Amino acid sequence: MNEVDLATTKVHELNAALHGVTATAGERSWNVLNPRGHHSIAAGLNAPLSVLVKGHVGYYCGGMNKEADVTITGNAGPGVGENIMSGLIRVKGNASQYAGASGHGGTLVIEGDAASRCGISMKGVDIVVGGNVGHMSAFMAQAGNLIVCGDAGHHLGDSIYEAHLFVRGSIDSLGADCIEKELRSEHIDVLERLLQIAGIKAQAKDFRRYGSARKLYNFHIDHAHSY
Amino acid sequence: MTQQPKETPDGNPEAYREWLATRPSHTFPKSVLAEIYRAADDGLYEIRGFGAKRRITTFDDLLFLGASMSRYPLEGYRERCDTNVVIGTRFAKKPIELKIPITFAGMSFGALGTHAKEALGRAATELGTTTTTGDGGMTDEERRSSKTLVYQVLPSRYGLNPDDLRRCDAIEVVVGQGAKPGGGGMLLGQKINARVAKMRTLPEGIDQRSACRHPDWTGPDDLEIKINELREITDWEKPIYIKIGATRVKYDVQLAVKSGADAIVLDGMQGGTAATQDVFIEHVGIPTLPAVRIAVEALQEMDMHRKVQLIVSGGIRSGADVAKALALGADVCSIGTAALIALGCNKPMYLEDYHKLGTEPGSCHHCHTGRCPVGVTTQIPEYEQRLSADQGARWLRNYVTTMLLELQTIARACGKNHVHNLEPEDMVALTVEAAAMAGVPLAGTSWIPGRG
Repeated sequence: MNEVDLATTKVHELNAALHGVTATAGERSWNVLNPRGHHSIAAGLNAPLSVLVKGHVGYYCGGMNKEADVTITGNAGPGVGENIMSGLIRVKGNASQYAGASGHGGTLVIEGDAASRCGISMKGVDIVVGGNVGHMSAFMAQAGNLIVCGDAGHHLGDSIYEAHLFVRGSIDSLGADCIEKELRSEHIDVLERLLQIAGIKAQAKDFRRYGSARKLYNFHIDHAHSY
Repeated sequence: MTQQPKETPDGNPEAYREWLATRPSHTFPKSVLAEIYRAADDGLYEIRGFGAKRRITTFDDLLFLGASMSRYPLEGYRERCDTNVVIGTRFAKKPIELKIPITFAGMSFGALGTHAKEALGRAATELGTTTTTGDGGMTDEERRSSKTLVYQVLPSRYGLNPDDLRRCDAIEVVVGQGAKPGGGGMLLGQKINARVAKMRTLPEGIDQRSACRHPDWTGPDDLEIKINELREITDWEKPIYIKIGATRVKYDVQLAVKSGADAIVLDGMQGGTAATQDVFIEHVGIPTLPAVRIAVEALQEMDMHRKVQLIVSGGIRSGADVAKALALGADVCSIGTAALIALGCNKPMYLEDYHKLGTEPGSCHHCHTGRCPVGVTTQIPEYEQRLSADQGARWLRNYVTTMLLELQTIARACGKNHVHNLEPEDMVALTVEAAAMAGVPLAGTSWIPGRG
C-alpha cells in the first residue's frame, strides 16, 4: 500500500502518480492523508485502484472516475464523482451540491446527506444517499437510478428524462414532468442490489418510485406553463 | 378641402383605386404580418438554423490603408508573410501550433452528418489547423480524420468521456455561443435518430433542449476550480479554451482569464447555429466587430494580450474579415457557417428539396429540420450521400487556402511579415458606427467617435 500525505505532496503529484497505475502495473492500494479540502483529489482515475482519502475533500473529488474504488472518510465538497463512468465512490460523511453530476455509469454512495442538485443531468450512474437530498435533485436526469433513504427537497426530478428515482421519506415537491410511478418487482430488484452495494439496511418495499410523465418530450404550446 | 383626383395620370381609375388602397405599414410590413400569422397558427416561436439575418455593422465597413510613401509593402508571393500561431502557452504542457490563423468552429455530430464532419476533419488536417467537436460528443471517425482536435465540454455533458478528454489535443469549455448567449442548444426530434440518441443518452425523437448552465459549477470562481480539475484529469497537458458569446465582453474576457483559460473563443452575434429561437439569434448578443476590440482592450488591461490567445468567430467569411479581426488584435479566426457554405449550404441544386422545405437556395435556414437538401446538416442517408467527404474536404481546402492568400495579400500590402503584425492603425472606417465600434478613425478624418 502507498501512502501520500497532502500536507507535503501537491495534489497534481498525487494525481499524476495515480494516473500512472495501469490495469497490469503499479500499486493498486493508496491512502491519502490530510486532504484538507483540496480540490480534484483522485480525479480522472483510469484503473482498478483502491483509494482511501482520510478526511474532508473540496470540489470534484473522484471526478470522471473509471474503474477505481474511492472512499472519502469525511465530507465532500461540490461535484463529488462528477461525470463518473464506472467504479465506486463512497462518501462516509455528507456531500455538497451537484454530487454525481452528469455521471454516465458506476456507483456513488453518500452515507450522510447530499445538498441540492444531487444527480443533476445524470446519464446512467447509480446514486445511493443514506440521508436526505436537497432541492432540484435529479434535475434533467437522463438515465440511472437515484435512491434516497431519507427525504427529498423541492422540485425533485424537474424536467426528468428516463432516470428512475426512489425515495423512502417525504418529498417537498416534484418538479415539472416528474410523477409517481408504480414500484414493480424489477424496481425492487434494483433497490435491493444497490442498497446492498451501499451497505445500507433498508427495505426496498418502503420506497416509492418517481419518473418522467413524458409530457414535455415534444414541445406543445398548451404545455408552455409547465416550463 | 382639396378635391381628390379621380384618376391616375395614365387615366386608369382601377389602378388608381388599387394604389390608394396600398399603403403598407412600416410597423407591420408583410414580413411582420407573416410572422404573426405563423405564430398564431403554430403556437411556437420560430426555431431555425443559420445566423443573424438582420443588417448589422460588420467588418465590411472597415478599410485597410495599404503601404505607400510612408510605409513600404512586401512583395506578394516572394517575401515571407508568416501565418503560424501557437495556442496554449500559458499553462499547457503541450501547446498546439496552427499553420494558419483560421480554425473550424465547434459543430456537433447530430447537427451535421458524418460526411460533413469527416470533410471538416480531413480539411483541417491538410491545412494544418484544428476542427472542433460539438454538443453530443466525439466520434471515432472525427478523431481519426482530425490530426489536431479540440474537444468541447458543454453544459449538456452529452457523451462527455474522460477517454475523449485524454485523446483530444485541446479542451474548449463552452459557456456560451454568439447565436444564443444565455441559452442552451436545441436539436429537434426529427434529428434525434438512433445513433444521435444513444450518444446523448436520450430517447429517440424527442425535442432535445440542452442545458444553458453547466451542472457542476456556477460563476467564475467555480469555473477556475473546474478548469483545474480538467487539467488534473489530463495531467496539465492540453490547452484549455473558454468559449463565450459576445455580450458583456470586457468582464467576461477578464473573468475567463482569471478562471485560468489558455485561450478565449469569442463568438459574435452573427455566429450560426443548427437550431435556436429566431428571437435569440436576432435580438441577443453584440456583433463580432465591437466584441473583438473590447476583448483586446480587456486583455491589454491585464497585460494578457498574446499571452491568452483570442479566437474570434461569428460571421467570418473572407480573408479580408480575418485580416480585420487580426488587425484589431485577435490571434485566430474561426469559421462555422462559412465552412458549411463551402460544403454546399444554400447552393442552387436539388431545387425541389428546397421547395419541399418551403424555401429557396440563398434563404434556407432549415438546418433544424434535418432535411438539408445539399447533405450537410442531415443524418438522412438519401440526402447525406449528396456530399462526399472527399469532395467536401477539397472544397474546404480550396476555400480556406483562398482566405489565407487574401489575408497575406492584405498583410503584405501593409508591409507586415507576419499576419499578427497587422494593427488598428492600418485601418479606417467607412461609417461613423464602424469607427466607434472598431476604435479607428472615420476615413478622411482623425475622428474616432467616443474618444474626444
